Amino acid sequence: MSWVSACQLEDIEQEGAIRFDHSGRSYAIYRGPDDSVYCTAGLCTHEAVHLADGLVMDFEVECPKHSGAFDYRTGEAIRLPACANLKTYPAEVVDGEVRVALD
Amino acid sequence: MGGFVIVGAGEAGTRAAFALRETGYDKPIKLIGAETHLPYERPPLSKPYNGAVAMKAICSAEALLNAGITYLPAVEVAELDVAGQAVILSDGQSLAYDKLLLTTGGRPRKLSCPGAGRALEFRTYDDAKIILDSVNASRSVAIIGGGLIGMELAAMLRGKGLIVSIVEAAPKPLGRAVPSRFAAKMHTRHVDEGVNFHLGVGISEIRDNTVLLTNGAEVPADVVVAAVGVQPEISLAEKAGLATGNGVLTNPFLQTSDRHIFAAGDCAAVEQHGGGHVRFESWRNARSQAQTAARNMAGANEAFSAIPWFWTDQYDLGLQVAGLPQPHHQSVVRALPTGEMEFYLDEGTLVAAAGLGIGNSVAKDIKLSEMLIAAAVSPDPAALADAGVNLKTLLKSAKAA
Repeated sequence: MSWVSACQLEDIEQEGAIRFDHSGRSYAIYRGPDDSVYCTAGLCTHEAVHLADGLVMDFEVECPKHSGAFDYRTGEAIRLPACANLKTYPAEVVDGEVRVALD
Repeated sequence: MGGFVIVGAGEAGTRAAFALRETGYDKPIKLIGAETHLPYERPPLSKPYNGAVAMKAICSAEALLNAGITYLPAVEVAELDVAGQAVILSDGQSLAYDKLLLTTGGRPRKLSCPGAGRALEFRTYDDAKIILDSVNASRSVAIIGGGLIGMELAAMLRGKGLIVSIVEAAPKPLGRAVPSRFAAKMHTRHVDEGVNFHLGVGISEIRDNTVLLTNGAEVPADVVVAAVGVQPEISLAEKAGLATGNGVLTNPFLQTSDRHIFAAGDCAAVEQHGGGHVRFESWRNARSQAQTAARNMAGANEAFSAIPWFWTDQYDLGLQVAGLPQPHHQSVVRALPTGEMEFYLDEGTLVAAAGLGIGNSVAKDIKLSEMLIAAAVSPDPAALADAGVNLKTLLKSAKAA
């Protein structure tokens, strides 16, 4: 596991998400309503759709195609058709910079 | 014995089977499918992966087993014995039911011109495979019908480098389901991608390698695909004497004219609040009606009230529509970085929204619009038009009000 600089906190809308691609893989980085940051695998576990295009409400992200939803803090699938949980990765903000710990 | 029987193992039937278990229903559930495969998703069929038709199962055989759902594939239902509460299969077998759900879907409308038998259909996985196998050995394709399915297919086939022509009887493509603003933009994109359009013209005859149009033009076509819409599969319901129209008629609780029989998905025409029956053909509608029907079969009393919503992907464009835009609605346009939204107001109240952009870029705003529509808000048109106003802010102020 290594920490990677992903973006600035201000690059992500509050209660929003951005897509982050690194080493050929796609991730989603979230900024919660309280400015906390989280990182999950970027593609929905139901079909390969980028979750960062989905709506973030509170601590939930909804798939932009099929309305499956996840708690992005834990990766838990909380609404069908998503049933497999998302992998999560540690994320932190250091001096306004968002860093994520990837495999 | 008895339990619940579901006829039709598409998105609606399969979702209903699982939704019944989610209600705690613990008696037998039989899910009858006409096709040989495990229940699968239809939307991916027009989007092949690596040149092959995508087979995306809705659930695994194991999931069906674990949920105690008896799946009967490749089974033809001969008739319904409404009085005896039984489904009669084509092999003579009789399955008794306490309640029955019809999720029989639709079947492609057929062409009636000479040579119509040469046209391929596009509805099932097997259809998609035949089309893909045929075009791999061809240079030109004619698609009869410029609706959503025809246009998605055209985008996919242009991606494979084929000569693609669309023949549409109406003066414009996508006239039925897509708001005119976005129908025009998608039409333009198809023209830019090299699709040949023959609009406002009918078919005289389908010949071996050409389609002869009513205006005398000949369209080159090694392969012809008919995409002229879907008609609801209601023959079982009709034969059983259930009330039918443009679909199996149901009340708002998705119950048919027989109180033991429910209907959901593409085959169901549901009574509307303002009168009349409406039938929707979309992935989400199939799922949400299935869930309501399942809960009502298990004893709930829920009127179906979801806002219609669908998407279509063509080239790198994604269109999403929520609600039912009508020509008489006031239109408000919002420009986005990679696309555009259009909102539809009925006497000031937001009733529908549509968006077209790259990929899924409009999804968030459409979802928020859907929530605004559900809240029956009357937003300031200037705020809707201003891309600087986050729709989430409008929703939060609507909820606070």
